[in-house]
Amino acid sequence: MSAIKDSKDVLRQGAVRTIERRAFLKQGLSLGALTLLTGCDVTDQDSVQTALNAISRWNDRVQATLFSNRLVPTYPESAAVKDFRSNQYYGEDAVPKIEGSSFKLGLSGLIDNRKPWTLPELYALPQTSQVTRHVCVEGWSMIGKWTGVPFRTFLERIGADLSAKYVGFECADGYYSSIDMASALHPQTLLTFKISDETLAPKYGYPLKLRVPTKLGFKNPKWITAMYVTNRFSGGFWEDRGYNWFSGI
Amino acid sequence: MNTDERGTVKVHPGVVRVTHWINVVAIAIMIGSGWRIWNSSPIFDFSFPVAATIGGDPATSQDVHNELGLAGALQWHFAGMWLLVVNGLVYLVYGIWSGHFRHALFPVSPSAFLRDALAALTFRLPHRLGVYNAVQKALYLGVLLAGIVMVLTGLSIWKPGQFQELAFVFGGYDTARLIHFLGMSAIVLFLVVHIALVIIVPKTLPAMITGRAAAHAPEILQESAG
Ligand code: HEM
Repeated sequence: MSAIKDSKDVLRQGAVRTIERRAFLKQGLSLGALTLLTGCDVTDQDSVQTALNAISRWNDRVQATLFSNRLVPTYPESAAVKDFRSNQYYGEDAVPKIEGSSFKLGLSGLIDNRKPWTLPELYALPQTSQVTRHVCVEGWSMIGKWTGVPFRTFLERIGADLSAKYVGFECADGYYSSIDMASALHPQTLLTFKISDETLAPKYGYPLKLRVPTKLGFKNPKWITAMYVTNRFSGGFWEDRGYNWFSGI
Repeated sequence: MNTDERGTVKVHPGVVRVTHWINVVAIAIMIGSGWRIWNSSPIFDFSFPVAATIGGDPATSQDVHNELGLAGALQWHFAGMWLLVVNGLVYLVYGIWSGHFRHALFPVSPSAFLRDALAALTFRLPHRLGVYNAVQKALYLGVLLAGIVMVLTGLSIWKPGQFQELAFVFGGYDTARLIHFLGMSAIVLFLVVHIALVIIVPKTLPAMITGRAAAHAPEILQESAG
Protein backbone atom coordinates (compact mmCIF):
# COMPACT_ATOMS: atom_id res chain seq x y z
CA MET A 1 0.00 0.00 0.00
CA SER A 2 2.72 2.44 0.93
CA ALA A 3 4.21 1.85 -2.50
CA ILE A 4 1.19 3.54 -4.10
CA LYS A 5 1.31 6.43 -1.67
CA ASP A 6 5.03 7.01 -2.17
CA SER A 7 4.80 6.88 -5.90
CA LYS A 8 1.94 9.39 -5.82
CA ASP A 9 4.09 11.77 -3.77
CA VAL A 10 6.97 11.40 -6.15
CA LEU A 11 4.66 11.81 -9.11
CA ARG A 12 3.43 15.09 -7.61
CA GLN A 13 7.02 16.28 -7.33
CA GLY A 14 7.51 15.14 -10.92
CA ALA A 15 4.65 17.43 -11.96
CA VAL A 16 6.67 20.54 -11.20
CA ARG A 17 9.40 19.49 -13.56
CA THR A 18 9.42 19.81 -17.32
CA ILE A 19 6.80 18.10 -19.40
CA GLU A 20 9.10 15.52 -21.00
CA ARG A 21 10.68 14.73 -17.70
CA ARG A 22 7.30 14.19 -16.11
CA ALA A 23 6.19 11.87 -18.86
CA PHE A 24 9.35 9.88 -18.37
CA LEU A 25 8.96 9.75 -14.60
CA LYS A 26 5.34 8.72 -14.84
CA GLN A 27 6.13 5.76 -17.02
CA GLY A 28 9.09 4.76 -14.93
CA LEU A 29 7.25 5.14 -11.67
CA SER A 30 4.16 3.24 -12.66
CA LEU A 31 6.50 0.39 -13.51
CA GLY A 32 8.31 0.88 -10.21
CA ALA A 33 5.04 0.95 -8.30
CA LEU A 34 4.00 -2.21 -10.07
CA THR A 35 7.12 -4.08 -9.03
CA LEU A 36 6.70 -2.79 -5.48
CA LEU A 37 3.10 -3.97 -5.47
CA THR A 38 4.03 -7.40 -6.71
CA GLY A 39 6.80 -7.22 -4.09
CA CYS A 40 4.03 -6.93 -1.49
CA ASP A 41 2.41 -10.07 -2.87
CA VAL A 42 5.66 -11.99 -2.84
CA THR A 43 6.08 -11.37 0.89
CA ASP A 44 2.50 -12.52 1.44
CA GLN A 45 3.56 -16.13 2.13
CA ASP A 46 0.10 -17.68 2.15
CA SER A 47 -1.23 -16.48 -1.17
CA VAL A 48 2.04 -17.18 -2.97
CA GLN A 49 2.25 -20.64 -1.44
CA THR A 50 -1.38 -21.32 -2.33
CA ALA A 51 -0.69 -20.31 -5.92
CA LEU A 52 2.45 -22.45 -6.11
CA ASN A 53 0.59 -25.45 -4.68
CA ALA A 54 -2.20 -24.96 -7.21
CA ILE A 55 0.33 -24.87 -10.06
CA SER A 56 1.96 -28.01 -8.68
CA ARG A 57 -1.47 -29.76 -8.80
CA TRP A 58 -1.85 -28.51 -12.36
CA ASN A 59 1.56 -29.96 -13.16
CA ASP A 60 0.33 -33.28 -11.72
CA ARG A 61 -2.50 -33.25 -14.24
CA VAL A 62 -0.20 -32.29 -17.11
CA GLN A 63 2.16 -35.14 -16.23
CA ALA A 64 -0.68 -37.64 -15.94
CA THR A 65 -1.75 -36.60 -19.45
CA LEU A 66 1.80 -36.89 -20.79
CA PHE A 67 2.20 -40.29 -19.17
CA SER A 68 2.03 -43.28 -21.46
CA ASN A 69 2.92 -46.93 -21.21
CA ARG A 70 6.05 -46.37 -23.29
CA LEU A 71 9.12 -47.91 -21.74
CA VAL A 72 11.91 -45.87 -20.22
CA PRO A 73 15.36 -46.63 -21.70
CA THR A 74 17.07 -49.76 -20.38
CA TYR A 75 20.83 -50.26 -20.28
CA PRO A 76 23.27 -53.15 -20.56
CA GLU A 77 24.02 -54.88 -17.27
CA SER A 78 27.57 -53.53 -17.41
CA ALA A 79 26.16 -50.01 -16.96
CA ALA A 80 24.56 -50.89 -13.61
CA VAL A 81 26.30 -49.36 -10.59
CA LYS A 82 27.14 -51.96 -7.95
CA ASP A 83 27.71 -49.67 -4.98
CA PHE A 84 24.41 -47.85 -5.39
CA ARG A 85 23.82 -44.58 -3.56
CA SER A 86 21.21 -44.76 -0.82
CA ASN A 87 19.27 -41.72 0.32
CA GLN A 88 17.07 -41.32 3.34
CA TYR A 89 16.20 -38.29 5.42
CA TYR A 90 18.24 -39.58 8.39
CA GLY A 91 21.64 -41.22 8.91
CA GLU A 92 22.47 -44.51 7.24
CA ASP A 93 22.98 -46.30 10.57
CA ALA A 94 19.35 -45.56 11.45
CA VAL A 95 17.83 -47.44 8.50
CA PRO A 96 15.21 -50.04 9.48
CA LYS A 97 16.51 -53.57 9.99
CA ILE A 98 13.61 -55.85 9.26
CA GLU A 99 13.44 -59.49 10.36
CA GLY A 100 12.61 -61.37 7.15
CA SER A 101 11.29 -64.56 8.74
CA SER A 102 8.48 -62.77 10.56
CA PHE A 103 7.84 -60.15 7.88
CA LYS A 104 4.38 -59.75 6.43
CA LEU A 105 3.23 -57.27 3.80
CA GLY A 106 -0.10 -55.84 4.94
CA LEU A 107 -2.80 -55.07 2.37
CA SER A 108 -5.84 -52.83 2.69
CA GLY A 109 -8.29 -50.74 0.72
CA LEU A 110 -9.85 -51.75 -2.60
CA ILE A 111 -8.28 -55.21 -2.70
CA ASP A 112 -10.28 -58.46 -2.88
CA ASN A 113 -7.84 -60.68 -1.01
CA ARG A 114 -6.31 -58.72 1.85
CA LYS A 115 -4.46 -61.63 3.42
CA PRO A 116 -0.94 -60.46 4.41
CA TRP A 117 1.94 -61.83 2.29
CA THR A 118 5.07 -63.50 3.69
CA LEU A 119 8.42 -63.23 1.92
CA PRO A 120 8.49 -66.85 0.66
CA GLU A 121 5.04 -66.28 -0.87
CA LEU A 122 6.26 -63.11 -2.57
CA TYR A 123 9.48 -64.74 -3.78
CA ALA A 124 7.38 -67.48 -5.44
CA LEU A 125 5.83 -64.94 -7.81
CA PRO A 126 7.24 -64.65 -11.39
CA GLN A 127 10.28 -62.40 -11.30
CA THR A 128 12.09 -60.28 -13.83
CA SER A 129 15.15 -58.00 -13.87
CA GLN A 130 15.68 -54.57 -15.33
CA VAL A 131 18.56 -52.10 -15.67
CA THR A 132 17.15 -48.58 -15.55
CA ARG A 133 18.13 -45.09 -14.50
CA HIS A 134 17.16 -43.87 -11.06
CA VAL A 135 16.70 -40.10 -11.27
CA CYS A 136 16.78 -38.19 -7.98
CA VAL A 137 14.79 -35.01 -7.42
CA GLU A 138 18.08 -33.43 -6.30
CA GLY A 139 19.44 -33.80 -9.82
CA TRP A 140 21.81 -36.77 -9.64
CA SER A 141 21.05 -40.02 -11.36
CA MET A 142 22.40 -43.57 -11.26
CA ILE A 143 21.83 -46.69 -13.32
CA GLY A 144 21.03 -49.83 -11.35
CA LYS A 145 19.75 -53.34 -11.76
CA TRP A 146 16.66 -54.40 -9.84
CA THR A 147 14.90 -57.75 -9.66
CA GLY A 148 11.36 -58.46 -8.56
CA VAL A 149 7.79 -59.16 -9.55
CA PRO A 150 6.06 -56.88 -12.05
CA PHE A 151 3.80 -54.81 -9.82
CA ARG A 152 0.88 -55.30 -12.21
CA THR A 153 1.15 -59.08 -11.74
CA PHE A 154 1.03 -58.63 -7.97
CA LEU A 155 -1.92 -56.22 -8.12
CA GLU A 156 -3.82 -58.70 -10.30
CA ARG A 157 -2.92 -61.59 -8.00
CA ILE A 158 -4.35 -59.87 -4.92
CA GLY A 159 -7.48 -58.77 -6.76
CA ALA A 160 -6.79 -55.05 -6.53
CA ASP A 161 -9.36 -52.73 -8.12
CA LEU A 162 -7.27 -51.71 -11.15
CA SER A 163 -9.75 -48.94 -11.96
CA ALA A 164 -9.05 -47.23 -8.62
CA LYS A 165 -7.02 -44.01 -8.73
CA TYR A 166 -4.13 -44.59 -6.34
CA VAL A 167 -1.86 -47.14 -4.76
CA GLY A 168 -0.33 -46.08 -1.44
CA PHE A 169 2.58 -47.39 0.61
CA GLU A 170 3.54 -47.40 4.30
CA CYS A 171 7.17 -48.00 5.19
CA ALA A 172 8.99 -49.27 8.27
CA ASP A 173 10.76 -45.92 8.80
CA GLY A 174 7.52 -43.94 8.87
CA TYR A 175 7.90 -42.93 5.23
CA TYR A 176 4.78 -43.07 3.09
CA SER A 177 3.95 -42.28 -0.50
CA SER A 178 1.31 -42.90 -3.13
CA ILE A 179 1.29 -43.21 -6.90
CA ASP A 180 -1.31 -43.07 -9.67
CA MET A 181 -2.74 -46.38 -10.88
CA ALA A 182 -1.47 -45.85 -14.45
CA SER A 183 2.13 -45.71 -13.18
CA ALA A 184 1.50 -48.67 -10.86
CA LEU A 185 0.42 -50.74 -13.88
CA HIS A 186 3.32 -49.62 -16.10
CA PRO A 187 5.15 -52.71 -17.39
CA GLN A 188 8.46 -51.57 -15.86
CA THR A 189 7.09 -50.95 -12.36
CA LEU A 190 8.44 -53.75 -10.14
CA LEU A 191 8.02 -54.79 -6.53
CA THR A 192 11.69 -55.60 -6.03
CA PHE A 193 13.60 -57.98 -3.76
CA LYS A 194 17.10 -57.56 -5.19
CA ILE A 195 19.51 -54.89 -6.36
CA SER A 196 22.68 -55.80 -8.32
CA ASP A 197 21.56 -59.47 -8.15
CA GLU A 198 21.77 -59.46 -4.36
CA THR A 199 18.96 -59.44 -1.81
CA LEU A 200 18.29 -55.81 -0.92
CA ALA A 201 20.68 -54.73 1.83
CA PRO A 202 18.97 -52.88 4.71
CA LYS A 203 20.00 -49.50 3.28
CA TYR A 204 18.39 -50.41 -0.07
CA GLY A 205 15.04 -51.15 1.52
CA TYR A 206 15.04 -54.81 2.66
CA PRO A 207 12.83 -56.66 2.17
CA LEU A 208 10.69 -54.70 -0.34
CA LYS A 209 11.32 -51.69 -2.50
CA LEU A 210 8.97 -50.48 -5.20
CA ARG A 211 10.92 -49.61 -8.34
CA VAL A 212 9.03 -47.08 -10.48
CA PRO A 213 11.50 -46.11 -13.22
CA THR A 214 8.95 -43.65 -14.64
CA LYS A 215 9.16 -41.57 -11.47
CA LEU A 216 11.76 -39.71 -9.41
CA GLY A 217 13.62 -41.65 -6.74
CA PHE A 218 11.55 -40.50 -3.78
CA LYS A 219 8.49 -42.09 -5.42
CA ASN A 220 10.26 -45.47 -5.10
CA PRO A 221 9.49 -46.39 -1.47
CA LYS A 222 11.79 -48.73 0.46
CA TRP A 223 11.06 -50.96 3.53
CA ILE A 224 7.43 -51.28 2.42
CA THR A 225 5.38 -52.90 5.17
CA ALA A 226 1.86 -52.18 3.96
CA MET A 227 0.12 -51.03 0.82
CA TYR A 228 -3.39 -50.00 -0.08
CA VAL A 229 -5.51 -49.22 -3.12
CA THR A 230 -7.80 -46.22 -2.88
CA ASN A 231 -9.67 -43.49 -4.71
CA ARG A 232 -8.74 -40.97 -2.04
CA PHE A 233 -5.64 -38.86 -2.58
CA SER A 234 -3.23 -39.57 0.25
CA GLY A 235 -0.06 -37.61 -0.60
CA GLY A 236 3.29 -38.73 0.72
CA PHE A 237 6.12 -37.82 3.08
CA TRP A 238 7.98 -35.45 0.73
CA GLU A 239 4.86 -34.66 -1.27
CA ASP A 240 3.25 -33.22 1.87
CA ARG A 241 6.38 -31.09 2.26
CA GLY A 242 5.98 -29.38 -1.09
CA TYR A 243 7.51 -31.83 -3.57
CA ASN A 244 5.46 -32.46 -6.67
CA TRP A 245 3.18 -35.47 -6.18
CA PHE A 246 3.23 -37.01 -9.67
CA SER A 247 6.99 -36.52 -10.14
CA GLY A 248 7.09 -38.47 -13.38
CA ILE A 249 10.19 -38.56 -15.52
CA MET B 1 7.67 6.04 -38.73
CA ASN B 2 4.81 8.34 -37.85
CA THR B 3 5.26 11.24 -35.52
CA ASP B 4 2.32 11.69 -33.13
CA GLU B 5 0.97 14.92 -31.63
CA ARG B 6 3.53 14.78 -28.83
CA GLY B 7 6.32 14.61 -31.36
CA THR B 8 7.35 11.06 -30.60
CA VAL B 9 7.81 8.06 -32.85
CA LYS B 10 7.18 4.41 -32.13
CA VAL B 11 10.44 2.49 -31.75
CA HIS B 12 9.37 -0.78 -30.07
CA PRO B 13 6.08 -2.64 -30.73
CA GLY B 14 3.82 -3.18 -27.70
CA VAL B 15 3.96 -6.99 -27.85
CA VAL B 16 7.78 -6.87 -27.82
CA ARG B 17 7.82 -4.55 -24.79
CA VAL B 18 5.22 -6.44 -22.76
CA THR B 19 6.77 -9.85 -23.47
CA HIS B 20 10.25 -8.45 -22.79
CA TRP B 21 9.37 -7.27 -19.30
CA ILE B 22 7.36 -10.39 -18.47
CA ASN B 23 10.40 -12.34 -19.63
CA VAL B 24 12.60 -10.41 -17.19
CA VAL B 25 10.37 -11.69 -14.35
CA ALA B 26 10.30 -15.23 -15.78
CA ILE B 27 14.09 -15.36 -16.24
CA ALA B 28 14.64 -14.03 -12.71
CA ILE B 29 12.40 -16.81 -11.33
CA MET B 30 14.05 -19.51 -13.44
CA ILE B 31 17.62 -18.47 -12.62
CA GLY B 32 16.96 -17.81 -8.93
CA SER B 33 15.16 -21.11 -8.36
CA GLY B 34 17.51 -22.97 -10.71
CA TRP B 35 20.50 -21.90 -8.63
CA ARG B 36 18.94 -23.41 -5.51
CA ILE B 37 18.14 -26.63 -7.38
CA TRP B 38 21.79 -26.68 -8.51
CA ASN B 39 22.91 -26.34 -4.88
CA SER B 40 21.13 -29.57 -3.90
CA SER B 41 23.39 -31.57 -6.23
CA PRO B 42 26.00 -29.43 -8.01
CA ILE B 43 27.75 -30.80 -11.11
CA PHE B 44 30.86 -28.74 -10.38
CA ASP B 45 32.26 -28.12 -6.96
CA PHE B 46 30.61 -24.82 -6.10
CA SER B 47 27.28 -23.50 -4.82
CA PHE B 48 25.35 -20.31 -5.40
CA PRO B 49 24.82 -18.08 -2.35
CA VAL B 50 21.48 -19.11 -0.87
CA ALA B 51 20.51 -15.45 -0.47
CA ALA B 52 20.62 -15.09 -4.27
CA THR B 53 18.25 -18.01 -4.77
CA ILE B 54 14.46 -18.28 -4.89
CA GLY B 55 12.25 -20.87 -3.17
CA GLY B 56 11.01 -19.65 0.19
CA ASP B 57 12.84 -19.23 3.46
CA PRO B 58 15.62 -21.85 3.64
CA ALA B 59 15.74 -21.73 7.45
CA THR B 60 12.07 -22.71 7.68
CA SER B 61 12.60 -25.53 5.19
CA GLN B 62 15.58 -26.69 7.22
CA ASP B 63 13.52 -26.77 10.42
CA VAL B 64 10.31 -28.18 8.99
CA HIS B 65 11.53 -30.38 6.14
CA ASN B 66 15.14 -31.08 7.06
CA GLU B 67 16.28 -29.74 3.68
CA LEU B 68 17.48 -26.39 2.36
CA GLY B 69 14.37 -25.31 0.50
CA LEU B 70 14.62 -27.52 -2.57
CA ALA B 71 10.87 -28.14 -2.63
CA GLY B 72 10.11 -24.43 -2.82
CA ALA B 73 12.73 -23.89 -5.52
CA LEU B 74 11.24 -26.70 -7.61
CA GLN B 75 7.76 -25.25 -7.19
CA TRP B 76 8.99 -21.86 -8.42
CA HIS B 77 10.94 -23.43 -11.27
CA PHE B 78 8.00 -25.49 -12.56
CA ALA B 79 5.63 -22.54 -12.18
CA GLY B 80 8.08 -20.11 -13.81
CA MET B 81 8.52 -22.44 -16.78
CA TRP B 82 4.90 -21.85 -17.82
CA LEU B 83 5.36 -18.08 -17.70
CA LEU B 84 8.62 -18.37 -19.65
CA VAL B 85 7.24 -20.72 -22.30
CA VAL B 86 3.83 -19.11 -22.84
CA ASN B 87 5.33 -15.62 -22.91
CA GLY B 88 8.19 -16.79 -25.10
CA LEU B 89 5.78 -18.38 -27.58
CA VAL B 90 3.74 -15.16 -27.79
CA TYR B 91 6.96 -13.25 -28.54
CA LEU B 92 8.21 -15.81 -31.10
CA VAL B 93 4.88 -16.14 -32.91
CA TYR B 94 4.47 -12.36 -32.97
CA GLY B 95 8.08 -11.83 -34.05
CA ILE B 96 7.80 -14.23 -36.96
CA TRP B 97 4.24 -13.38 -38.00
CA SER B 98 4.53 -9.56 -37.80
CA GLY B 99 7.89 -9.41 -39.54
CA HIS B 100 9.46 -7.88 -36.41
CA PHE B 101 12.30 -10.42 -36.46
CA ARG B 102 12.90 -9.85 -40.17
CA HIS B 103 13.10 -6.08 -39.66
CA ALA B 104 14.76 -5.83 -36.27
CA LEU B 105 17.03 -8.88 -35.95
CA PHE B 106 17.97 -9.73 -39.55
CA PRO B 107 20.10 -9.60 -41.56
CA VAL B 108 23.21 -9.94 -39.45
CA SER B 109 26.32 -10.74 -41.45
CA PRO B 110 29.71 -11.62 -39.96
CA SER B 111 31.26 -8.57 -41.65
CA ALA B 112 28.62 -6.23 -40.21
CA PHE B 113 29.16 -7.85 -36.82
CA LEU B 114 32.92 -7.28 -37.02
CA ARG B 115 32.45 -3.70 -38.22
CA ASP B 116 30.00 -2.83 -35.42
CA ALA B 117 31.96 -4.70 -32.76
CA LEU B 118 35.07 -2.73 -33.71
CA ALA B 119 33.14 0.53 -33.72
CA ALA B 120 31.63 -0.30 -30.34
CA LEU B 121 35.01 -1.11 -28.83
CA THR B 122 36.37 2.24 -30.03
CA PHE B 123 33.20 4.00 -28.81
CA ARG B 124 32.24 5.09 -32.30
CA LEU B 125 29.06 3.09 -32.74
CA PRO B 126 26.02 5.28 -33.41
CA HIS B 127 22.87 4.17 -31.58
CA ARG B 128 19.50 4.78 -33.16
CA LEU B 129 16.56 3.91 -30.95
CA GLY B 130 14.60 1.03 -32.39
CA VAL B 131 17.35 0.10 -34.82
CA TYR B 132 19.69 -2.56 -33.54
CA ASN B 133 23.33 -2.67 -34.61
CA ALA B 134 24.87 -5.96 -35.73
CA VAL B 135 26.36 -6.68 -32.30
CA GLN B 136 22.95 -6.28 -30.68
CA LYS B 137 21.30 -8.42 -33.34
CA ALA B 138 23.83 -11.19 -32.77
CA LEU B 139 23.41 -10.94 -28.98
CA TYR B 140 19.60 -11.05 -29.21
CA LEU B 141 19.57 -13.96 -31.66
CA GLY B 142 22.10 -15.71 -29.43
CA VAL B 143 20.04 -15.29 -26.28
CA LEU B 144 16.87 -16.39 -28.11
CA LEU B 145 18.70 -19.55 -29.18
CA ALA B 146 19.95 -20.02 -25.60
CA GLY B 147 16.36 -19.63 -24.37
CA ILE B 148 15.12 -22.30 -26.78
CA VAL B 149 17.96 -24.64 -25.78
CA MET B 150 17.11 -24.03 -22.12
CA VAL B 151 13.48 -25.03 -22.64
CA LEU B 152 14.43 -28.14 -24.64
CA THR B 153 17.17 -29.31 -22.25
CA GLY B 154 14.82 -28.48 -19.37
CA LEU B 155 12.19 -30.78 -20.88
CA SER B 156 14.89 -33.43 -21.39
CA ILE B 157 15.87 -33.51 -17.73
CA TRP B 158 12.31 -33.07 -16.45
CA LYS B 159 11.05 -36.01 -18.54
CA PRO B 160 14.02 -38.14 -19.64
CA GLY B 161 11.58 -41.06 -19.90
CA GLN B 162 8.56 -39.60 -21.67
CA PHE B 163 10.73 -37.31 -23.84
CA GLN B 164 13.61 -39.78 -24.27
CA GLU B 165 14.20 -38.84 -27.94
CA LEU B 166 14.68 -35.23 -26.89
CA ALA B 167 17.03 -36.26 -24.07
CA PHE B 168 18.89 -38.41 -26.61
CA VAL B 169 19.36 -35.42 -28.92
CA PHE B 170 21.06 -33.59 -26.05
CA GLY B 171 23.33 -36.52 -25.27
CA GLY B 172 21.26 -38.18 -22.54
CA TYR B 173 20.20 -37.09 -19.07
CA ASP B 174 23.60 -36.07 -17.66
CA THR B 175 24.77 -34.20 -20.75
CA ALA B 176 21.40 -32.45 -21.08
CA ARG B 177 21.77 -31.37 -17.46
CA LEU B 178 25.22 -29.97 -18.21
CA ILE B 179 23.95 -28.10 -21.29
CA HIS B 180 21.08 -26.75 -19.18
CA PHE B 181 23.66 -25.32 -16.80
CA LEU B 182 25.85 -23.93 -19.61
CA GLY B 183 22.77 -22.32 -21.20
CA MET B 184 22.02 -20.58 -17.91
CA SER B 185 25.62 -19.36 -17.79
CA ALA B 186 25.30 -18.02 -21.35
CA ILE B 187 22.11 -16.15 -20.43
CA VAL B 188 23.76 -14.66 -17.34
CA LEU B 189 26.70 -13.55 -19.50
CA PHE B 190 24.29 -12.03 -21.99
CA LEU B 191 22.57 -10.21 -19.14
CA VAL B 192 25.84 -8.71 -17.92
CA VAL B 193 26.58 -7.32 -21.39
CA HIS B 194 22.93 -6.40 -22.06
CA ILE B 195 22.51 -4.43 -18.85
CA ALA B 196 25.95 -2.84 -19.24
CA LEU B 197 24.90 -1.58 -22.68
CA VAL B 198 21.67 -0.16 -21.23
CA ILE B 199 23.71 1.64 -18.59
CA ILE B 200 26.06 3.03 -21.24
CA VAL B 201 23.14 4.12 -23.46
CA PRO B 202 20.45 4.80 -20.84
CA LYS B 203 17.98 6.45 -23.26
CA THR B 204 17.17 2.96 -24.61
CA LEU B 205 15.45 2.09 -21.33
CA PRO B 206 12.48 4.53 -21.38
CA ALA B 207 11.96 3.68 -25.04
CA MET B 208 11.76 -0.03 -24.20
CA ILE B 209 9.14 0.84 -21.55
CA THR B 210 6.98 3.39 -23.38
CA GLY B 211 7.77 2.20 -26.88
CA ARG B 212 8.24 5.77 -28.07
CA ALA B 213 11.12 8.20 -28.44
CA ALA B 214 11.14 11.88 -29.32
CA ALA B 215 11.18 12.37 -33.10
CA HIS B 216 14.09 14.34 -34.53
CA ALA B 217 15.52 14.51 -31.03
CA PRO B 218 19.25 14.75 -31.33
CA GLU B 219 19.81 11.50 -29.46
CA ILE B 220 18.11 9.42 -32.11
CA LEU B 221 20.87 10.04 -34.58
CA GLN B 222 23.52 11.16 -32.16
CA GLU B 223 26.64 9.07 -31.87
CA SER B 224 27.06 7.36 -28.57
CA ALA B 225 28.78 4.48 -26.93
CA GLY B 226 26.86 1.33 -27.26
C1 HEM C 1 16.66 -5.84 -15.88
C2 HEM C 1 16.95 -6.49 -16.96
C3 HEM C 1 16.83 -5.98 -18.37
C4 HEM C 1 16.86 -4.70 -18.88
C5 HEM C 1 17.04 -3.41 -18.09
C6 HEM C 1 16.69 -4.80 -20.32
C7 HEM C 1 16.63 -3.71 -21.19
C8 HEM C 1 16.44 -3.79 -22.57
C9 HEM C 1 16.36 -2.67 -23.46
C10 HEM C 1 16.49 -1.23 -23.03
C11 HEM C 1 16.18 -3.14 -24.73
C12 HEM C 1 16.08 -2.31 -26.02
C13 HEM C 1 17.48 -2.13 -26.55
C14 HEM C 1 17.55 -1.05 -27.63
O1 HEM C 1 16.57 -0.37 -27.92
O2 HEM C 1 18.65 -0.89 -28.19
C15 HEM C 1 16.12 -4.58 -24.64
C16 HEM C 1 15.91 -5.45 -25.70
C17 HEM C 1 15.96 -6.83 -25.61
N1 HEM C 1 16.22 -7.57 -24.45
FE1 HEM C 1 16.40 -6.84 -22.58
N2 HEM C 1 16.57 -6.11 -20.65
C18 HEM C 1 16.65 -6.88 -19.50
C19 HEM C 1 16.58 -8.25 -19.40
C20 HEM C 1 16.51 -9.11 -20.48
C21 HEM C 1 16.48 -10.56 -20.37
C22 HEM C 1 16.48 -11.35 -19.07
C23 HEM C 1 16.45 -11.04 -21.65
C24 HEM C 1 16.42 -12.48 -22.13
C25 HEM C 1 16.93 -13.48 -21.50
C26 HEM C 1 16.44 -9.90 -22.55
C27 HEM C 1 16.39 -9.98 -23.92
C28 HEM C 1 16.22 -8.91 -24.79
C29 HEM C 1 15.94 -9.07 -26.20
C30 HEM C 1 15.85 -10.40 -26.97
C31 HEM C 1 15.77 -7.77 -26.72
C32 HEM C 1 15.39 -7.41 -28.16
C33 HEM C 1 13.87 -7.47 -28.22
C34 HEM C 1 13.29 -7.29 -29.61
O3 HEM C 1 13.37 -6.19 -30.17
O4 HEM C 1 12.70 -8.26 -30.13
N3 HEM C 1 16.48 -8.75 -21.81
N4 HEM C 1 16.28 -4.96 -23.31
